[in-house]
Amino acid sequence: MSLPLLAVNDLKKHFAVRKSRRGGAAGFVRAVDGVSFEIARGETLSLVGESGCGKSTVGRAVLRLSDITAGEIVLDGQRIDDLSASDFRPLRRRMQVVFQDPFSSLNPRLRIKDTLAEPIRNFGLAKTAVEIEKRIAELLDTVRLPRDAMNRFPHEFSGGQRQRIGIARALAAGPDIIICDEAVSALDVSVKAQIVNLLQDLQKELGLALLFISHDLAIVEHLTHRVAVMYLGKIVETARKREIFASPKHPYTFALLSAVPVPEPGNARTRIVLKGDVPSPINPPQGCRFNTRCPYAFERCRIEEPMLRPLGEAQWAACHLHDLPTAENPLAGGVRGP
Amino acid sequence: MSAASEMATTSLAEGPVVEAPELPDVLAPAKPHGKAISFCLRHPTIVIGGGILLLMILIALFAPYLGTVDPTALAPAKRTREPSALFWFGSDMLGRDIYSRVLFGTRVSLLVGFSVALLASVIGLAIGLVAGFLRVADGVVMRVMDGLMSIPPILLAIALMALTRGSIGNVITAITIAEVPRVSRLVRGVVLSLREQPFIDGAVAAGTRVPMIILRHVVPNTLAPLTVQATYICASAMITEAILSFLGVGTPPIVPSWGNIMAEGRALWQVKFYIVLFPAIFLSLTVLAVNLLGDGLRDALDPRLAKKL
Repeated sequence: MSLPLLAVNDLKKHFAVRKSRRGGAAGFVRAVDGVSFEIARGETLSLVGESGCGKSTVGRAVLRLSDITAGEIVLDGQRIDDLSASDFRPLRRRMQVVFQDPFSSLNPRLRIKDTLAEPIRNFGLAKTAVEIEKRIAELLDTVRLPRDAMNRFPHEFSGGQRQRIGIARALAAGPDIIICDEAVSALDVSVKAQIVNLLQDLQKELGLALLFISHDLAIVEHLTHRVAVMYLGKIVETARKREIFASPKHPYTFALLSAVPVPEPGNARTRIVLKGDVPSPINPPQGCRFNTRCPYAFERCRIEEPMLRPLGEAQWAACHLHDLPTAENPLAGGVRGP
Repeated sequence: MSAASEMATTSLAEGPVVEAPELPDVLAPAKPHGKAISFCLRHPTIVIGGGILLLMILIALFAPYLGTVDPTALAPAKRTREPSALFWFGSDMLGRDIYSRVLFGTRVSLLVGFSVALLASVIGLAIGLVAGFLRVADGVVMRVMDGLMSIPPILLAIALMALTRGSIGNVITAITIAEVPRVSRLVRGVVLSLREQPFIDGAVAAGTRVPMIILRHVVPNTLAPLTVQATYICASAMITEAILSFLGVGTPPIVPSWGNIMAEGRALWQVKFYIVLFPAIFLSLTVLAVNLLGDGLRDALDPRLAKKL
């Protein structure tokens, strides 16, 4: 495999929790605690997990919308996490973002053409007003919006249309990778399908890489190449789509998959219903972070933290169960197994 | 697991995954312009408040041409006359025409009201932007503002006026200083909530520099609440000016203002009530108008602001 487009190595993002009035940190929320992944050109990596597991924080850190505590972010062979703001600004062209909420992601006071002109002008992609206008018209065509949309304000559009405008803004810079932070989660089902299809078409047409941050496994299965499952600030399993949906190797992945609704009545499958809430990331559990909710946890899980390790082709998971003999491993049989 | 992808495309039928049909993009037709009448019907307070205020502005501008005489001309022989054809609002204890004095007094009130509203908004906007954007400055600046706010504005204005001599410029300065903390607190709050908005992050990702983000994305979105706040400041500045003049620490006695007309008529109000009455009516009417305008603007610009202010 050639050089990955985006590589994240051991990324950590801790937020200080101030309790005392003196301002001393009483602890740290370990929102992201050692996350590594790679995305190749034209590839979609989905980052999934329940709310609060740190997946959006990863997205923000990669985009440098927030500082990171430790780790490396490498874009196309160049380390970007230690660049100064002014050195990094030109590189922003290559990484764009689509946000979850289509209503707050567009400045309500700017016409669509002004919003779309911003990246074009900032990155010097078109010089004259006529060129910029032409480029905006092309972008609106690309996201399947009528061209006269450019003279309107965001409040004149529906949620799905605004999300298309958000995608157009991301495309305006001509990026190599778009980070979709829950980009379809706020949309209703039919609009969701349209936007997902649009993203897939764009990926094919433009060769975009996508970091698709989502909690919706049904959508993820529809569009992704690879999946990384996050739990409490760490990646617990990463694999290609086929492997992760057919034979998950981490009990958390298994639980997530079993929570996806099955539209056919009578076709119920084994469900793992997780009990309790996600433990506090200020004070994560000893040993495996999932041991407090894992139905298969045994003694070792409470003491020793499992590392990500290869389990099959391009599949990595962090779970001690795979050290047990196959007969005792509840996950050995795949998703329909137990 | 093809079941899951069927969820994504809303197909309930069995069989292969059906692609969701591309729905037509229906845009509402562009709003035609010139809906002045429907605007008036929807926002009567703006029309009434704006109308009265416009009338006051016209009075202030054309005061010399509205049948007035020199408002400072003394006529001791004709003092304390009742309202009549000669003295429409009567004359005061020095024989000056109250009608002329009240009309010329409009200039002082409006000048002070508008100047304070403008200055306090601009200064408050600047301070609020700094406090909202620079975490380092935030603590210091806002503590100073809290300190200023802990003093009742009228007392602060009196104290500041005591340091200087009475002049309209000094009155404007004193009231502006007293009003700035409220504006900067409002702007800071709006800036802090705007900073968390995804469209700001979107602009950062689009390579926009901080000064441009402030100018294009932050300032325009603070203007609606700021305009509303400015009208309230305008009204309260007019009242504060009248109070200062009434107490004799505001507009110098040689310049007629509603406050000092009332102050001079105060001693006689039980026998010659009209000396106080007419400037009081003008002051109340103007302040009411500005407040009505402010309420109307608040409702028109952003109904959600009603809770914030």
